[in-house]
Amino acid sequence: MKRQPSGVLATFREVDAATDAIKALKELAYKDFIVYTPVPNVEVAAAVGHKVSPVRIWTLIGGLLGVTTGFAMTLWMSYDYPIVVGGKPLGSIVPYVVIGFELTILFGAIATVLGVAYNAWRTNQRGAFDPRFTNDTIGIFVPCPDKRCKALEELLTENGAVEVRYET
Amino acid sequence: MATLAQPQPDTLPTYDDVTRDVAATLGRPRPGYFVLLGIVLVVLAIGAVALLYQVRYGLGVAGYRPPVLWGVYITTFVFWVGIAHSGTLISAILYLFRSAWRTSVYRTAEAMTVFAVMTAGLFPLIHVGRIWYAYWLFPYPNQRQLWVNFKSPLVWDVFAVSTYFTVSTCFLIVGLIPDIAAIRDLATGWRKKLYKLTALSWRGTDQQWRHYTRAYLYLAALATPLVLSVHSVVSWDFAMSIVPGWHATVFAPYFVAGAIYSGVAMVVTLLVPLRKVFKMEQYITVRHFENLAKLLLLTGLIVGYAYGIEYFIAWYSGNPFERASFWNRAFGEYWWATWTMILCNGVLPFFLLFKKIRTSIPALFVLSLFVNLGMWFERFVIIVVSLSFEYEPYAMGHYTPSWVEFAILAGSFAWFFLWFLLFAKNFPTVSITEVKEIMPMPRKRRVHT
Repeated sequence: MKRQPSGVLATFREVDAATDAIKALKELAYKDFIVYTPVPNVEVAAAVGHKVSPVRIWTLIGGLLGVTTGFAMTLWMSYDYPIVVGGKPLGSIVPYVVIGFELTILFGAIATVLGVAYNAWRTNQRGAFDPRFTNDTIGIFVPCPDKRCKALEELLTENGAVEVRYET
Repeated sequence: MATLAQPQPDTLPTYDDVTRDVAATLGRPRPGYFVLLGIVLVVLAIGAVALLYQVRYGLGVAGYRPPVLWGVYITTFVFWVGIAHSGTLISAILYLFRSAWRTSVYRTAEAMTVFAVMTAGLFPLIHVGRIWYAYWLFPYPNQRQLWVNFKSPLVWDVFAVSTYFTVSTCFLIVGLIPDIAAIRDLATGWRKKLYKLTALSWRGTDQQWRHYTRAYLYLAALATPLVLSVHSVVSWDFAMSIVPGWHATVFAPYFVAGAIYSGVAMVVTLLVPLRKVFKMEQYITVRHFENLAKLLLLTGLIVGYAYGIEYFIAWYSGNPFERASFWNRAFGEYWWATWTMILCNGVLPFFLLFKKIRTSIPALFVLSLFVNLGMWFERFVIIVVSLSFEYEPYAMGHYTPSWVEFAILAGSFAWFFLWFLLFAKNFPTVSITEVKEIMPMPRKRRVHT
């Protein structure tokens, strides 16, 4: 297991103070910092500037796989053991829409959950954490070597951090 | 301690208040909780004994007599699937509409959905008698290389209900993760271990929120058409046949509206005591109940309209069997069931036109109980009364449910409430994250709006 990197952990009360600090960090070309928020926040997300999550691709692929499976399964099974029921064609597309629809939703939802789990694991960020961040406080952790700590502390305090500490 | 304590009026809770107030609901239960749990377990045991008796002696111990071979079990199946529907309406559809009031009530509704589908799913198994052959409903490569009949609505039902259960469970669990993390960071002892495990390493990082918010949106988008499809498919179990009283094109929207109507009523039934016991008056306000009452009014009016249309079409079609079937519903031997249904679902919703009723929590609670009763009878009337009075007089018959069916019906309520009681004391019944989301975050600069 990778060791947690050392760095500076700053705590913010105000959301705009945190976004100012994020922008300042980005101007200085810091990339691998972590922002903790108790709730999702559009301003923080915009300041961090991530691309749209690839989870949507997972949902799309899951849904397409579901609809394909639904129709392929029903049609293949109908012809594999051909029994005419109620005088209807062996491969009746209209009733199979129901199965195709349900499997689109089922596979799409399962793929979405797998997508969020995989992407959250793949982009897992290691760094110091404070339990207050899931409650009522915004946190920013910036990994850095000892010698740059002082400058970072000043930068974060200038932008409104109410508490800054060095974590090893 | 640096917190988001902000210059808000004293009456408004802070982020910290929300976490602590919801976490307080998970404290040591009071004796009343154990009394309730005990009652539920006793009723569940009675239902389980009745089921074992039926398994031992066969379906003959139920009241099934030709021509009525769908009775209390299928009625109760449709009832519980219907109950499940409002949870997804509140959690997914209102989420897509950005309806802020849903945040305090959606978790209870979503949990109710999952437990209601878990209850509904038992009934097809109980109904087929030989429970151990229930897997025959799924397409699997069997010895005779025979597949299931995909043209049958009963097979559609298997796919619809199992998909609904899976997607609702995913939606509930995904929504719970940030809340569990918030509680994990306050908990101690065995609860800390439980929440540490179930929070799945959630810390609220920018990357986690980035993926989470997208996933939540797509799950809501997938659940929305699903909720409309599931009860449509359940309605086609009936509408695809040629039984008088079942063969109607209005069935799908009629069933969906009825499902949401009964589900919202069950949400009210659950929320009223929950709000009182958990002291959640600050979060679940009269405004929430009024909005739920408006949903009840809307869906109740649709259901009442569908009742009227059913009778009108029976007359307008000129089909003597349809006419006879509907005459029998209103004035035949099951008239009491029909009039209970019409009174509870067609007449009582009109009281919700009055703001005084919509904003009276005791009145809404009583009304919700009547709606639940009425909706169970609606399914009983559709299923049993239609089957008992088909085409040929010599094939008509009477059905009286046996004690086994009543015991299993009571047991199903106990099963549902057991899960809900366990959930309510171990996981947040009010969403911490979403309640916080609608509260403004503190800022150092003023925002001009």
